[in-house]
Amino acid sequence: MHNLSIPEKAHGISTLAQVRRVIICAGTGCMANGAMKVFEQFKSQIAAFGLKVILELRDEATSDEIRLSKSGCQGFCQMGPLVSVVPDGILYTKVRKEDVAEIVQKTLTENQVVERLLYKDPGTRKSCQGIEDNPFYARQSRFVLHECGFLDPEDIREYMLHGGYAAARKAFIEMSPEEICKTVLESGLRGRGGGGFPTGRKWEAARIQNSAKKYVICNGDEGDPGAFMNRSVMEGNPHSVIEGLMIAARAIGANETLVYVRAEYPLAVERMRRAVADAEREGILGKNVFGTGLSMKCEVMEGAGAFVCGEETAMIASIEGQRGMPRPKPPFPAQSGLWGKPTIINNVETLAHVCRILNEGPELFKQIGTKDSPGTKTFALTGHVANTGLVEVPFGTTLREIVYNIGGGVTDDAGKIWKTGFKAVQIGGPSGGCLTEDHLDLPLAYESLRSVGAMVGSGGLVAMNQGTCMVSIARFFMEFTQRESCGKCVLCREGTRQLLALLDDVIEGRADQNTLDLLDKLGRSVQIGSLCGLGKTAPNPVLSTMRYFRKEYEEHVFEKKCRTGRCKALLSPEINETKCKGCGLCIKACPTGAITGEKKQPHHINPELCIKCGACATACKIHAVEGI
Amino acid sequence: MASMPVAVDNAGKFEKVVSILDRHSRRPSGLIPILQAIQHEYQYLPEEVLTYVATSLDVPPARVYGVATFYAHFALEPKGKHVIRICDGTACHVKQSLPVLNALHEKLGTSEKDKTTPDMMFTVETVACLGACGLAPVIVIDEQVYGQITPEHAVALVDEIKAMEAGATTAAEPAAEQPSAEGAHA
Repeated sequence: MHNLSIPEKAHGISTLAQVRRVIICAGTGCMANGAMKVFEQFKSQIAAFGLKVILELRDEATSDEIRLSKSGCQGFCQMGPLVSVVPDGILYTKVRKEDVAEIVQKTLTENQVVERLLYKDPGTRKSCQGIEDNPFYARQSRFVLHECGFLDPEDIREYMLHGGYAAARKAFIEMSPEEICKTVLESGLRGRGGGGFPTGRKWEAARIQNSAKKYVICNGDEGDPGAFMNRSVMEGNPHSVIEGLMIAARAIGANETLVYVRAEYPLAVERMRRAVADAEREGILGKNVFGTGLSMKCEVMEGAGAFVCGEETAMIASIEGQRGMPRPKPPFPAQSGLWGKPTIINNVETLAHVCRILNEGPELFKQIGTKDSPGTKTFALTGHVANTGLVEVPFGTTLREIVYNIGGGVTDDAGKIWKTGFKAVQIGGPSGGCLTEDHLDLPLAYESLRSVGAMVGSGGLVAMNQGTCMVSIARFFMEFTQRESCGKCVLCREGTRQLLALLDDVIEGRADQNTLDLLDKLGRSVQIGSLCGLGKTAPNPVLSTMRYFRKEYEEHVFEKKCRTGRCKALLSPEINETKCKGCGLCIKACPTGAITGEKKQPHHINPELCIKCGACATACKIHAVEGI
Repeated sequence: MASMPVAVDNAGKFEKVVSILDRHSRRPSGLIPILQAIQHEYQYLPEEVLTYVATSLDVPPARVYGVATFYAHFALEPKGKHVIRICDGTACHVKQSLPVLNALHEKLGTSEKDKTTPDMMFTVETVACLGACGLAPVIVIDEQVYGQITPEHAVALVDEIKAMEAGATTAAEPAAEQPSAEGAHA
């Protein structure tokens, strides 16, 4: 029998802290960039330099040993593979297999820094040695993410040595279910999945149900395109999710829990399954949890690719083996959920916060963030910014701080800093809305975002530069929701389809004033006439872009012009006669023979034959082809 | 047994399906994991297997078919040997994933409708989001993720696979277990 008791928080860390560690980020991003090759190379190189490699966590270690471990996502995906050396506080970026020998020699044996592998701030061109002087990290408040980038996600002992499962133990041994609900309610924790419902209230609603069987489900069906924080937590710190689930289960009186993971996240599924198996082996899950006589089961289920399953009742249907279609609420799942039993469904990030609240008390949690939105929120910052990746900031942080200071500023399509390039940020995925330059100083929180027609959503933040056509972006999201509509409500099923067709009219030059009026009217109708969150929020991207980028819509409709040139149907390429030298390059490039002209005389494009492919503009060396 | 003639007739043919059904205790509530396991085995969900599953779980075939067609992950048609998935999530979209998709369609003669090449070698499909947004645009070829991809790079990857396949068929006799791209050039 394994007798690994939960250690006191400080126990063991002191000796471990002295051991030098090389941590290789093994999040999906870094793995795709070859992190595993780097890991293997470190293994052989450290040995080749006569140092001892430890791969397993051990209580005792000597100073000539180097602990080599993998971590979950460290957040700075674009700069991967990331390698950090602790306690030196060095963060190497874009490390290739070939760089490993140099790191081992210089850093691990000679205590020097390999300058060329450090991150360079694209704004100031300064090198940043580690996390402290790197603006991407230094300006964040990483609570949920900190352990993701440090702990070995595949090692339960390490999680326990760093205080893991202490909160669950407290919840089972020292606290009553009422107390747990009260503590969580007091902390003000709100659901991180998008709605922002107070977690404590949800738990209390399920706790007071009189039922012998109850369920807790972890919603890891992160379907918003452009969001990956849940994925990173499940991959990087799966035990924090299990611990949160155990606490939730104890709070409502459930003994069965389930993690529903999106099918597109194979690594998250694998690590969650492994974490569950490890927790069972250590006796944390199973019968007689912490000697209380209570049992606890955790199952991991893989989704099958349906965005709507992120909705609570649809997810329940999916777990029951049905098509994932939502049903009307009430009854709320807390009253009648999975198999008709009281069920609570919490987002991954919400659960990851719970352990901390129980460990440190609700007061500490409330000190961060705003009054109505306490704590931190993880955002997936992507799109046209210099630093893309996972960003965790307190609620109330401004968009400017995230985009310019953490994100390092807006970039052009080639990835170069574009000082005046900011156009908009799409927040909250297909259910969210766009924020403009006017909102850069808006503190991000549940209420403030709702007041401007956007929402926190799951936390996707996609920055867009001036070269992005807002009508096309609205169309992109509408195409997504139209495809993902489950078909139950007529207004969602047919309405999203018609909205998409109307947007196509705008983009392809068939629209008039009526189109704009209809878009607005139909959008509002779909919001009112849909049962679940998918339909209720599907028109948001259209309505919010129409609200903030009205001028751009009007240009498409009345002037038949797209200022970014992205809408091909609206292009009208012309050859500038004063510039054209009559070299004939465009004639050769044109696939439809639409260009004619004598040698050394200005050429012409026949608009009837032209397919607006842009080949002429690419071929022309003196940029005489305009309007494309 | 008499109520399940199909099961008896196809018992040999559906051996793997039977073991999957057994593993899930033949509960209709396990339909999704069952179909996932079957798809893992066959790469898609053949129609006769769906009927067989319905009979075995004692549910109408319409229920099984309904579930199989509802979720994007399930394929009712066989896929090519190499599956190329282009992420068209928001981040990839604004970082120009469509030109990558178009380049691949053009290269392979596939389209949004005909996702698989006639020789069953490649399937090109889009997915909503792979969650590797930091690397946008992203494509996945046979579970291997490629980040910050350009149309040219994507086409080059296809050429590599093609060369590897050509090498595998011409030099099939001795040790063709793991043919490399370099081998094909030699």
